[in-house]
Amino acid sequence: MTSTSSSRPVLRRGDRVFAGTAKGAGILIMLILAGVTVFLVVEAAPALTAPAEDIPGGDGLASYIAPLLFGTLLAAVIALALATPLAVAIALFITQYAPRRLAQGLGYVVDLLAAIPSIVYGFWGVFWLAPKMVPFYRWLEDNLGFIPLFAGPTSATGRTMLTAGLVLAIMILPIISAIAREVFRQTPTLHREAALALGATRWEMIRMAVLPYGSSGVIGGAMLGLGRALGETMAIALVLSVSGGITFNLISSGNPSTIAANVALQFPESSGIDVNTLIASGLVLFVITFAVNMGARAIVNRRAEFSGAGS
Amino acid sequence: MAKRIDVSDLNVYYGSFLAVEGVTVSIEPRSVTALIGPSGCGKSTFLRSINRMHEVLPGARVEGKIVMDGQDLYGPDSDPVDVRRQIGMVFQRPNPFPTMSIYDNVAAGLRLNNKKMKKGDLDDLVERSLRGANLWNEVKDRLGRPGSSLSGGQQQRLCIARAIAVEPDVLLMDEPASALDPISTLAIEDLMTELKERFTIVIVTHNMQQAARVSESTGFFNLSGVGQPGRLIEFNPTEKIFSNPDEKATEDYISGRFG
Repeated sequence: MTSTSSSRPVLRRGDRVFAGTAKGAGILIMLILAGVTVFLVVEAAPALTAPAEDIPGGDGLASYIAPLLFGTLLAAVIALALATPLAVAIALFITQYAPRRLAQGLGYVVDLLAAIPSIVYGFWGVFWLAPKMVPFYRWLEDNLGFIPLFAGPTSATGRTMLTAGLVLAIMILPIISAIAREVFRQTPTLHREAALALGATRWEMIRMAVLPYGSSGVIGGAMLGLGRALGETMAIALVLSVSGGITFNLISSGNPSTIAANVALQFPESSGIDVNTLIASGLVLFVITFAVNMGARAIVNRRAEFSGAGS
Repeated sequence: MAKRIDVSDLNVYYGSFLAVEGVTVSIEPRSVTALIGPSGCGKSTFLRSINRMHEVLPGARVEGKIVMDGQDLYGPDSDPVDVRRQIGMVFQRPNPFPTMSIYDNVAAGLRLNNKKMKKGDLDDLVERSLRGANLWNEVKDRLGRPGSSLSGGQQQRLCIARAIAVEPDVLLMDEPASALDPISTLAIEDLMTELKERFTIVIVTHNMQQAARVSESTGFFNLSGVGQPGRLIEFNPTEKIFSNPDEKATEDYISGRFG
């Protein structure tokens, strides 16, 4: 009867169970995401509708969140700009140049960086890295002070936006380099040999075969790193000396905070509408992270035809 | 600019494993030389040692001498990158660079050799190479499309165009048609007949009819058992190999009485 009246294809029970489980997992993810979104919107709503003078700062929600958003993006962009080239270089060294035994050890060490809790990074940043950076910042101010980024005056403690970005860069380094390493390692031998047989040097082979093949993977890894940098809380809360609003000055003591660090620092002493305001800032972070991921996906997809994924 | 290749007492190793032993052979310019033999007999390994692609694998090395028109390819001051620019290679599976367009695939080798080539010169060379590979008419309207958008046979001719674009002295082909359908295979074989006017061609093939159709000389590789090194059993004009070979083993292999 099934063969005549039903248009459904024959399916083994195992297949049906597996398909159902996989579908369930997919739906669960969507439900969790929807739940978080609903929570954020509902809890942020009072702050969205409250009169401007009730919001901390007294100038309304937008001017409360704007510097935080700016600080979040600035720290994350600095981290990404520093970490991505380094991570790609490490991944290339491990997969293309290093002798096998050294490569394994080095990869292991880089992966270990990911296992360090972020609060440890925070302590390391504030007690070790920040003071060590002060002379370098002085030098930047003296020699490159004409660039607004390094206008100074140099922070005496070194707890600057640039230090925060550096700490974040080290934190996101392992995730980017691990992904870059995997995609570089998977470069098909066919493509590597095609380049070598044309008379390419090792570096030319990397440029012709390895980097193009891995580029979408590297972008994906960088976006994962960016996601972590945007959401990083404790390290920033410890390292960054917060006072002041939007500025591109990376080496002074007057820095905007970041959304996540601000929530962590303010939440214990907040109540009422202040909590709603913090959650509204969290909603903004949520939307930004979402947009970043969509953007990354679009970049990767646009090159999909040339990516070699299909061949 | 076809050149002659003289190989003497060549041993090829993977680590400590001797894969090919004692090959001595002279490969004539402006001709097609075919290498036949059962799987695992070392003919591809031997081919890859001619343009020093063998040593790309970890632990792989070569002993002996390969001389191309007086130039010792394994001499102490011989750079493998230079050797590979003079000796082009086409692989068993078509391997155009997937991230590059058809045009850029052909131009890839040219750009390696000559960084500052004028756009017009490059265009001319790309067209000439694609015409040389009998592919121009099929792709001239879509040079900006990815190389991987072509069919398998077209991709293989694209790879041939890429290899001949840099005007190598020798063209090595490692079973270039074994992944292709009969019509594409015929196109590649016709192409070889044209290309041998300009290049020295060495082809590894499992297809004995193909060897008989395209080559002037044929070398038969064989190994005496598993774990034993492959050897060049017989090297003779193709007509003689297929009609009246010197060695019993060659005759057995060709007539299908092998193993």
